[in-house]
Amino acid sequence: MSEQILFKVTIDNITIEVPAGTTILQAARKIGGTVAPPAMCYYSKLQGSGGKCRTCLVEVAKGSEKDPRPMPKLVASCRTTVMDGMEVKNITSDKVIDARAGVVEFLLLNHPLDCPICDQAGECHLQDLSFEHGKSETRYEFQRRTFKKHDLGKNIQLHMTRCILCYRCVFTADQLTNKRVHGILDRGDHAEIATHIEKSLDNEFIGNVIDVCPVGALTDKTFRFKNRVWFLKPMDAHRDCPTCSGRVTLWNRGDEVYRVTARKDEWGEIEDTPDGKPGWICNTCRFDKKETSDWVIEGPRAISRQSVIAQGHYAGNVGMTKPTETFKAVNGGRTPHLLLDIHDESEVNQSQIHLGKIHGPAHGDTFNNKIENA
Amino acid sequence: MGVKLLLDKAHVPGIRTYDVYRREGGYRSVEKALKEMNPESIVEEVKKSGLRGRGGAGFPAGMKWSFIAKPEGVPRHLVCNADESEPGTFKDRYLMEFLPHLLLEGLIVSSFALGSNDTYIYIRGEYAWITDILEEAIKEAHANGWLGKNILGTGFDCAIHVQRGAGAYICGEETALIESLEGNRGNPRIKPPFPAIQGVWQRPTVVNNVETLASIGPIINMGGDEYAKIGVGRSTGTKLISACGNINKPGVYEIDMTISVEDFIYSDEFCGGIANGKKLKACIPGGSSVPILPANLLLKTAKGETRYMNYESLSDGGFATGSMMGSGGFIVLDEDQCIVKNTYTLARFYRHESCGQCSPCREGTGWMEKILQKIETGKGSMSDIDLLWDIQRKIEGNTICPLGDAAAWPVAAAIRHFRDEFEWHINNPDLSQTSNFGLQHYADPIHVPA
Repeated sequence: MSEQILFKVTIDNITIEVPAGTTILQAARKIGGTVAPPAMCYYSKLQGSGGKCRTCLVEVAKGSEKDPRPMPKLVASCRTTVMDGMEVKNITSDKVIDARAGVVEFLLLNHPLDCPICDQAGECHLQDLSFEHGKSETRYEFQRRTFKKHDLGKNIQLHMTRCILCYRCVFTADQLTNKRVHGILDRGDHAEIATHIEKSLDNEFIGNVIDVCPVGALTDKTFRFKNRVWFLKPMDAHRDCPTCSGRVTLWNRGDEVYRVTARKDEWGEIEDTPDGKPGWICNTCRFDKKETSDWVIEGPRAISRQSVIAQGHYAGNVGMTKPTETFKAVNGGRTPHLLLDIHDESEVNQSQIHLGKIHGPAHGDTFNNKIENA
Repeated sequence: MGVKLLLDKAHVPGIRTYDVYRREGGYRSVEKALKEMNPESIVEEVKKSGLRGRGGAGFPAGMKWSFIAKPEGVPRHLVCNADESEPGTFKDRYLMEFLPHLLLEGLIVSSFALGSNDTYIYIRGEYAWITDILEEAIKEAHANGWLGKNILGTGFDCAIHVQRGAGAYICGEETALIESLEGNRGNPRIKPPFPAIQGVWQRPTVVNNVETLASIGPIINMGGDEYAKIGVGRSTGTKLISACGNINKPGVYEIDMTISVEDFIYSDEFCGGIANGKKLKACIPGGSSVPILPANLLLKTAKGETRYMNYESLSDGGFATGSMMGSGGFIVLDEDQCIVKNTYTLARFYRHESCGQCSPCREGTGWMEKILQKIETGKGSMSDIDLLWDIQRKIEGNTICPLGDAAAWPVAAAIRHFRDEFEWHINNPDLSQTSNFGLQHYADPIHVPA
């Protein structure tokens, strides 16, 4: 077996080695944290997705070791593969920050912002995105486009007004089910996701379009308006399902199962099952098995501490997760007691400041100004 | 005056039919190419000619051809982009309508050079009658042995298929064209991979404009070096310009790119001056998506040199004080034209034609249209101008395909050069509904912060 070729790529000054063919976004996700660009349309489990929303734009400051020219335009990191020696700027580039703010503004332009009555609120990627990159007010003063609500089959509702046209659901239906019954009608800002003439979506796996939808455009009708996600306790559970892996997250309040979703990782994507396949779940698991007794509960679901869902609940696996790095490690070998010893290297102890010469009581500014002057 | 390579036979009666075209020396280049040359030498000849893509971007055609991947056992395709939908551009229509065999001649030679046995003409849906003309021409060429199996006994097979689009501007973008040709929704693909590697049905594909391909015949006939002598600098050969707007003689003209813009507008051989004795106000020199230029910057560059009708001279000064050759749609505006209304019309077009795939273009074009409509109807405020500038800046360069840029540039250029006209519209909401700003202002480009 030939050895895997590794490419060295530097993203926001952090260097990482990734296999050839990895996209910039995937490399950045390996680094994690704020280095990973946000992605609204890209979904690693769906072939051909990405490149559309433009939130993941990054600047390529150096093309590769062989061809160090920077790329002339910002590129979509989800669809651009890394080259050896590539240098990428994400949050360290003003151009990227500016362009991303623009994209967020564009995405919110026709979005109704009806978060208070939207079932997706709390786990909505657009909400997170606008919280991180958007502005507090809009410059748009015209009427927003609206669509009628549509029922796609008995369990899914389509609310096109909220849609950001990421095409994820189209890819899902195309790749998970054996016939494509929905797609995009029209074009431009009046384009809409639609089944061809009010046809219902009935396929064992079509419920997954709800999970891939980054906003509240596709919602679970068995859960609509029943509860808010942050009041629910997510729990990993499984059952012996003949059609799918049966590995799900139950969203409980008390003993009652309010909804069932697939397990999602920190990027909001479906987790893989232990055998490496994407853990899509079937409609029976999602819509019909709403009794705790249907499921074997594994334990509380790990939810990011930053997520609104985690508020008032737990973080990490159970209770608190301790940071893996120790104080000593992050402070260059210094032990905590040295850091706390304020008398050792404190600015207060500078002998050139004579406390006796200051009128009135001394405070922080006195020392700060002196230090600037010195 | 001037050399004519494409339209020299355009006025021969019956040139549309095969017999007349052949009598006038047609299909000589096919004979020469297939019998005396090989694919590599044809590509070499096109490279030497310096022919640049006539569709708008001006990328050297020979270079584009040499990028095509040649994997074993995978068919390659040549696609002729006849989806000419740019407002103001109608040169391909003229070529195909009156000289269909000239295009076929170029297509056969190019197909031979690229190894394409199935060549497609993707024609704009609205050109229904031209589809009939082309199909008739293909039938004639077939009957006379220029198409089909074993052409001229060389063993080269070639078929040309005409595919009609369904009326979307975006399908003039090469990857959207390929999607549409395959039968999918005409959404541009994300590049890379480029069509030269994976195009139609994932096969290596070259997409060229009608005029580019029609120029191949003359290049083969006269040789690349001879062709390169026509024109100036890197703008070699002749270019079709479709002139329209407030001029005395709108129409399609073949120029050899050494003529100045002033001569082109005012000489009797070409546009014949501004209609009704009016004055020139502004001009969009290369089809609706290129930046508009005020009269002073159109005739002379910012450095005070004469501006010529060629790729380099028209783009002299970058977008600050220059424009682009584009696809050759030369739109002339006289003193009675309102720049705000003109910009609004263009913005409306791009909003309507945006495919809706990527967010900056989908949302931004609609937003710009609404703001421009507001200003045009006298309801605008000063901050709207800055807002427009900010929106176009955030669209440009951040989209999948160049339609976003094409939508942003006209708005940017209008604000850059005609900001005072926008301000006048906002300050005089009532007056602006009944009269025009006229010529008062086109002094100097106004500095707008980037």
